[in-house]
Amino acid sequence: MVKLTEIYAIFCKMGLFTFGGGYAMLPILKSEVVDKRKWISEEELLNYYSIGQCTPGIIAVNASSFIGYKLRGISGMLCATAAVITPSLIIIMAIAAMLQKYMGNQYLQWAFGGIRVSVVALIICTVIDLWRKGVKNKRDYLVFFGASALLWLFNLSAISVVVLAAAGALIPNFGGKKS
Amino acid sequence: MIYVLLAYEFFKIGLFAVGGGLVTVPFLFDLSEQYHWFSAAELADMIAISQSTPGPIGINMATYAGFKTAGVFGSLLATLSLVAPAVIVIYLIEKILDKWANNIYVQKVLTGIRPAVMALILFAGWDVAKVSIVDIKTACLLAALLLAMQFYRKNVFIYIIISAIAGVVLQI
Repeated sequence: MVKLTEIYAIFCKMGLFTFGGGYAMLPILKSEVVDKRKWISEEELLNYYSIGQCTPGIIAVNASSFIGYKLRGISGMLCATAAVITPSLIIIMAIAAMLQKYMGNQYLQWAFGGIRVSVVALIICTVIDLWRKGVKNKRDYLVFFGASALLWLFNLSAISVVVLAAAGALIPNFGGKKS
Repeated sequence: MIYVLLAYEFFKIGLFAVGGGLVTVPFLFDLSEQYHWFSAAELADMIAISQSTPGPIGINMATYAGFKTAGVFGSLLATLSLVAPAVIVIYLIEKILDKWANNIYVQKVLTGIRPAVMALILFAGWDVAKVSIVDIKTACLLAALLLAMQFYRKNVFIYIIISAIAGVVLQI
C-alpha cells in the first residue's frame, strides 16, 4: 500500500510546479503518477480529468482527490487534496503580506497598472479559445447571448446564471426560449 | 462572524464554479460588490499574481482573497471551504463513477452551461477592464498585448512581466 507521506510529497510537488493550474498540471501528473510510479493507468488519469472538469471545484484539486481516493480511500483523498493546496497557501500568503507592506510604492503601482491590462488581454484570449471549442449550434449562441444579457442588463449573480443555464439545458428541444 | 461568512461564500463558489481556473473570477467579482472585502482593482491584481505563481489559480485566488479579508486564518478558511464541496462530491461520485459520466442528463447540463460560463468569464473581463483600461496608454497596451497573444501564447508569465515593465515605463 502506498504511504500517506509519499502521497503528500508527490502532490505537494505537483502544486509547486504547476503554473496556471488545471491543464498545465496534466503532463507533470502523467509523468509522476502514471509513468514513474504506475499508481494508475493513463486512461484512468484522463477519466479523472474529464470528470474533474465537470464536477464542482478546481480541476487540479479534483484530479488529485480522485487519485488519492484510488490509492488509500478517504484518508488518501484528504491527503492528496491538502498536499496540492499547501504550496499555494504558503506562497500566496507571503506575497499578500509583502504587497500590503509595499503597495504604497509608486513603481509597484505602475507595474500593477500594466499587469491589470494584461489580465484583460488574457481573459479575452481565454474566452476566444473556449468559443472556438465550445460554441457550435444555435442553442449555444442563445445561451451565450441570453446569459450575457442577464449579466449586463439585469445584473444577475454568477450563481443564478449557472443555475438557469443548467435548468435550460434540461428543457427538451428548447430553442425558442432562453434559459 | 466574518469567518462564517467567508466559509459560506467560498463554499458556495466551490460548489458552483464548474470548469476550474478562471471560472472562479466572476464569482469573486460578485463577492467584491456584495461585501467590499476587496476592490475590483485588487481582484485584478490577484488574478495576475495567481497566474504567475505556482498552484491552481482557483486556490491561489481563494488564499489571497481570504488573506486580504481576514489574515492567515482567513486564507486557510477560504481555501478549505473552496475545496470542500469538490471533495464531498468526488467522494459521492467515486461510488457511482461510470453512471455519472455517462448519464444523459449530466451530459446535457454540462454542455448546456458551457456558453453561459463563457459569458460569465467575459463579464468578469469587463469588470477588470473598467478599472484597468482607463486612458489611451492602457488601451494601446491592451491592443498590443492582444495582437501579440494571437501569435505566441505558450507562457503567460512572459506577458505579465512585459506588461509590468510597460506599466513602469509608461507610468500607467
